[in-house]
Amino acid sequence: MQIFHRSTNTISRATIFGAVFIIAILLWGSIQWQRSPYVTYAKVARPQPVPFSHQHHVAGLGIDCRYCHTSVETSSFAGIPPTKTCMNCHSQIWSGAPMLEPVRESFRSGKSLVWNRVNDLPDFVYFNHSIHINKGVGCDTCHGPVDRMPLMFNYASLQMEWCLDCHRAPEKYLRPREQVFNMRYEQPSSDKPATLDGKQYTDQLSLGTDLVHKYNLRSVADITSCSTCHR
Amino acid sequence: MMTPPRMGATHLCTKTGTTRAYVLHPFAICLLVPVVLLAACRQDMHDQPRFKPLRQSDFFADLRSARLPVQGTVARGQLHEDSYFYTGKLGNNPGDYMPFPVTEEVLARGQQRFNIYCAPCHSRLGDGNGMIPQRGFRHPPSYHDERLRKAPLGYFFDVMTNGFGAMPDYASQIPVRDRWCIVAYIRALQLSQGATAADVPPGQKVPSEPPVFGEPGSGATPTPTIDGEQR
Ligand code: HEC
Ligand code: HEC
Ligand code: HEC
Ligand code: HEC
Ligand code: HEC
Ligand code: HEC
Repeated sequence: MQIFHRSTNTISRATIFGAVFIIAILLWGSIQWQRSPYVTYAKVARPQPVPFSHQHHVAGLGIDCRYCHTSVETSSFAGIPPTKTCMNCHSQIWSGAPMLEPVRESFRSGKSLVWNRVNDLPDFVYFNHSIHINKGVGCDTCHGPVDRMPLMFNYASLQMEWCLDCHRAPEKYLRPREQVFNMRYEQPSSDKPATLDGKQYTDQLSLGTDLVHKYNLRSVADITSCSTCHR
Repeated sequence: MMTPPRMGATHLCTKTGTTRAYVLHPFAICLLVPVVLLAACRQDMHDQPRFKPLRQSDFFADLRSARLPVQGTVARGQLHEDSYFYTGKLGNNPGDYMPFPVTEEVLARGQQRFNIYCAPCHSRLGDGNGMIPQRGFRHPPSYHDERLRKAPLGYFFDVMTNGFGAMPDYASQIPVRDRWCIVAYIRALQLSQGATAADVPPGQKVPSEPPVFGEPGSGATPTPTIDGEQR
């Protein structure tokens, strides 16, 4: 007895075939979703107790990153400035502004200002600023155009694939050390060649490859081994 | 009964109602559960019960995980025996010599650190017309005043270490050796203002090219180079 109509043959085949697609799409979707700002919070500005503007202080006033992030060149941690650093200037500038009241309150009482972390790696990952700075990785390669951020957001996903993209081919990103703090650095191009040690470069790869040798970078196998970042 | 070869497929098909559930369910679990749980699972090992720098601690009343050394104790390497190096003073008066020899490297370091920490107020020339006084901070005196030209080296060190009048101290932002490098650089700045062609030693070439500055507002403090080597 024929219970099912013959057309169910086609439907069944379509279902089996379609399932593959549905599974693939779900898989792709979940991977993409995992990378999306919903999960990584990339490019989402975080609220802060004081609306501190890097745009204003860095681009507007020309203050170097190291004035506030004093340990970035020498330690793993870049350092968030203590209240005293703000008061260096704000003891006199905008000293009555209500916006800055939390800063003054913290200075008076000695209680820490609690900033919301923006870039936050999981605790099972080891990261170190000083090595990146000293080997010529610019702040903006990882943190984006900080000098144009009225409120701080994380620019990169900070996921493992992002770290590895660079560790597998650091020459794509390296720049001369003295340009690390320059938020407007542009990679050399034929329009804007860069000169280093008397040699002219018109593309990033040749400059990067030379910098890899100049700064004695370790081998790619070494810096992509799991124990470099998971120790 | 003769079963046409294709009937196999039909047979499977007749069961789709149930088979699909079996076939798809494990897949659905594999796919959907991680997708749903990914968000929930993310924090498991991400926030471990240990302290990264500046992390908040619920144990101490002031919420700081970083503690001050116990009163009356001195950490290794922090016993300041060489008192001139740490105070710039001989007895109660500022001394007028450098605690270590001044080399090109010391001056280059001093220039870089001066441009980071002092230039916002004192300007790169040391004339006191930096960006912050222009926005309302008290105007600092020019380093090229008669009085400050005659000031002993230790005096500059002391101002940086303890502050002076409206000027905040920089002891927490600048390590001791860097402060001395800045002192050496300020003296060089002062000497450069009164220099004449006669001060140039015979055979020494004075560079005639105008200096190159970073793009304003880029946040960069260019690192000086000596013989193409950056310091
Ligand atoms: C006047 C002081 C000051 C200067 C100059 C400054 N910063 Fe900051 N920075 C802060 C403060 C305060 C915070 C914490 C508040 C926030 O996240 O916005 C911060 C936060 C950050 C963060 C995010 C930290 C986190 O929570 O993950 C990054 C990245 C950063 N700064 C990069 C830079 C770079 C790059 C420069 C130089 C171009 C720079 N900063 C210059 C004071 C400063
Ligand atoms: C080197 C001097 C200096 C330091 C250090 C400094 N500021 Fe400022 N800040 C200024 C000046 C100058 C202005 C106002 C500029 C103007 O009038 O255009 C300002 C403006 C502000 C404003 C006003 C809002 C805006 O438009 O950005 C806030 C908020 C602020 N600062 C927070 C901070 C905090 C928090 C810190 C410590 C991490 C800090 N500042 C450190 C010089 C400084
Ligand atoms: C190789 C990429 C990279 C470069 C280059 C880099 N950062 Fe970071 N930065 C990070 C990561 C990743 C974190 C998060 C660290 C964590 O969660 O432990 C971070 C965190 C920070 C923080 C928050 C405090 C901290 O240390 O965790 C500040 C401030 C900061 N960076 C400033 C800077 C400045 C200023 C520069 C340039 C001198 C710079 N960074 C260069 C990747 C980078
Ligand atoms: C834009 C390029 C770039 C990015 C992005 C980057 N790195 Fe690196 N990293 C480097 C370079 C270059 C070195 C230096 C390698 C050497 O010394 O030969 C390095 C070295 C390291 C080291 C070795 C430090 C040591 O002392 O052994 C660690 C750990 C590290 N990176 C972690 C990370 C992590 C974690 C991330 C992602 C959050 C990351 N890096 C992202 C370029 C990058
Ligand atoms: C350049 C640095 C770096 C190297 C090398 C590296 N990882 Fe990671 N890994 C990370 C970072 C950063 C994360 C955090 C990703 C996130 O927050 O989504 C991570 C996360 C992970 C996770 C957890 C994923 C999760 O979502 O919980 C595992 C598992 C892992 N890594 C395994 C490895 C293995 C295995 C290797 C060696 C083949 C390796 N890693 C090499 C940086 C690195
Ligand atoms: C926030 C702005 C600011 C910064 C940054 C700053 N100063 Fe000053 N400085 C001042 C002001 C204002 C005065 C005048 C103080 C007064 O007369 O009350 C001053 C005065 C001085 C004096 C002269 C003291 C005298 O006898 O008249 C010296 C020397 C000096 N500063 C050195 C430095 C050095 C070195 C640095 C860098 C480490 C520095 N300053 C950074 C604002 C600043």
